[in-house]
Amino acid sequence: MEALLEFLSFQDPSVRMVTLGAVILTASSALVGSFTFLKKKALIGDAVAHAVLPGVCLAFLLSGEKNPLLLIIGAFITGWLSLNIIDFVTNESKIKEDTAIALVLSVFFGFGILLLTFIQHGDYAEQSGLDHFLFGQAASLVGEDLIIFLSVGLLLIALILLFFKELTLISFDRQFAQTSGLPVKWLELLLTSMTVLAVVIGIQAVGVVLMAAMLITPPAAARYWTDYLPRMVLLAAIFGAFSGFSGALISYVSPAMPTGPWIVMVATTIALLSILFAPARGIIFKMKRQQENQLKILTENILKSFYHLGQKHQDMKHRYSFDEIHSIRPSIPKPRLKKGLRVLEKEGFLRKKENSYRLSAEGTEKGKRVVKLHRLWEVYLTEYLYLDPDHVHDSAETMEHVITPELEKKLEEMLNYPDRDPHDEEIPYT
Amino acid sequence: MNDLLIILTASFVAISCSLLGCFLVLRKMTMVADAISHAVLPGIVIAFLLSGSRDSMVMLAGAAAFGILTTFLIELFHLKGGLQSDASIGVTFTWLFALGVILISVFAGQVDLDQDCVLYGEIAYVPIDLWITKSGTIMGPRALWISAIVMVIIIAFILLAYKELYLTTFDPAFAAAIGISTTLWHYLLMSMVSLVSVASFESVGAILVVALIVTPPATAYLLTRELKKMLILSVIIGVITSVGGFYLAYALDGSIAGAMATVGGILFGLAFLFSPTDGYISRFRRKTNKAAMINALQE
Repeated sequence: MEALLEFLSFQDPSVRMVTLGAVILTASSALVGSFTFLKKKALIGDAVAHAVLPGVCLAFLLSGEKNPLLLIIGAFITGWLSLNIIDFVTNESKIKEDTAIALVLSVFFGFGILLLTFIQHGDYAEQSGLDHFLFGQAASLVGEDLIIFLSVGLLLIALILLFFKELTLISFDRQFAQTSGLPVKWLELLLTSMTVLAVVIGIQAVGVVLMAAMLITPPAAARYWTDYLPRMVLLAAIFGAFSGFSGALISYVSPAMPTGPWIVMVATTIALLSILFAPARGIIFKMKRQQENQLKILTENILKSFYHLGQKHQDMKHRYSFDEIHSIRPSIPKPRLKKGLRVLEKEGFLRKKENSYRLSAEGTEKGKRVVKLHRLWEVYLTEYLYLDPDHVHDSAETMEHVITPELEKKLEEMLNYPDRDPHDEEIPYT
Repeated sequence: MNDLLIILTASFVAISCSLLGCFLVLRKMTMVADAISHAVLPGIVIAFLLSGSRDSMVMLAGAAAFGILTTFLIELFHLKGGLQSDASIGVTFTWLFALGVILISVFAGQVDLDQDCVLYGEIAYVPIDLWITKSGTIMGPRALWISAIVMVIIIAFILLAYKELYLTTFDPAFAAAIGISTTLWHYLLMSMVSLVSVASFESVGAILVVALIVTPPATAYLLTRELKKMLILSVIIGVITSVGGFYLAYALDGSIAGAMATVGGILFGLAFLFSPTDGYISRFRRKTNKAAMINALQE
């Protein structure tokens, strides 16, 4: 608890630095990741993240020192090379994209590991800390290193703001961007380079293996909340920044904890909550809507049956026992039917007395409307689409639940208020 | 002798991976295999914590269950959650891998696994880690036995289910029409991938599993157009990769797993350039020949 307060007070300058670093790095990768996500190239980031390892090692081997600027340049070169190899192999052979990605990813990373172990077993004084690239170590973000990484992060954010419109276009509609005269090739090169840069600085915080999460997870979560791109990108950046902040906090409070995996855990928790609970797109919302629709269809079908029965008996207020109702629609399982009757009674469309039911005035109206829509649709199909009268029933069974009042009015006008359906049944009007 | 044991273990792993990999490459599912190979980590840690050792088959099975869980989650997020499939893979495997690394840190004292080992294994220790039965007989290296058993299972699986795998890979619609469930075979194949990932984890690590699943089949794919030949070729290439990788690592004093992935990459590069049927050079030559012929005809 004390450590928590100490962290949150930001008294310690190194806490300020590390937190700032983690937040900027994760936010900038989430921003860049939003565009690769929308281009459906999310896993490319994974390949680049693995592919920067040999670059880092080669830069170290050639220069003999751990100069962050040199390491960034080395990482940038192999990361960029990996992307081009993926494109080249996919375009110039029958190898598919997923194989090309997995191939480049594992070979570059394997080569990187070979170099890394070669360095570790060798006689290099300064090599300690190179393996931070594997799992990330936000706590090591201090001093000069931090300033360089921060500048790259801020540069990325500035580039995104500057080219927002162009990047949006090439992500959504490449062909339109091309025909409207945008330099698509250059913009894609820009996005590629930004992806590589985001990866290069991001692995400082989360490491090679989990870097993909920093590019993919926050945008994936943000996508569930909005359809409007600027809002989505902003949300992704916020989710990313929050994960970075939490990761830094956790590894400050408990130094044995690895920063990267915790950042990913926080980001994924946000994503899972979004997938489950987001309005309109979330799984739970979708299931609820599906249930509501099914209930609507069920209740409307019951009312329709009541209306048919009423016509047969020439008495809309006639009472029917549960078994009588079930014998008309035996395809509905009894518990479902019971539920439908209960809902209808509660909503005032049916009146219940001693286990028998009759239509209320509202119920009669609603049942009548469903029957009318069914028969209107059958007329429409036979008159305008020239379908046989014995082929129109199934379609009408579905459409009777879907037609809106506006469409209903149009249909009536277009068909000129017919009074008989193709089976010579009366179409009831109110 | 020790060298031979290491090479044998690596070759057994390579054979299992290459055989499965052929189907994954053809089904465009290699990234799912990549995801599984990372995502079995928490399964391994949890199984290790519960059973207290790495020996039991129960642990293997428990950890492999995480691989199937990964497959299931990827499909769930994609189909029910509406998340695009590439992002679904990315979110799932990073999440489970992060969980695994966190579990290792939390139970650092109790779990005999470290973070680096997870990524690139330590096949060099294979000869030291012996399987000793209760009566005290020394049976030889444990990893060698595990990889051999897994290899036998994989070969048996492919021999027995060749027709079903073939049909669901090349013509899922026809397979479904004659009553072969594509979903069932999808999950069976992924269970095999999980099994191989778990069994190979400590000897070669997550990355080499992916490298061996992808590079030999992709190389073989460029050399032939027949599935049977592709399977045999990729087994041969897998073994060459293991042997070559071992000696490269020996020469450089580096990670054996890393060196094997490097050799796999080099072999693929050679096939990509020089394959008589699908190589870059022969394609290029055919293109220029065609152009020359058209020119000649026009004149």
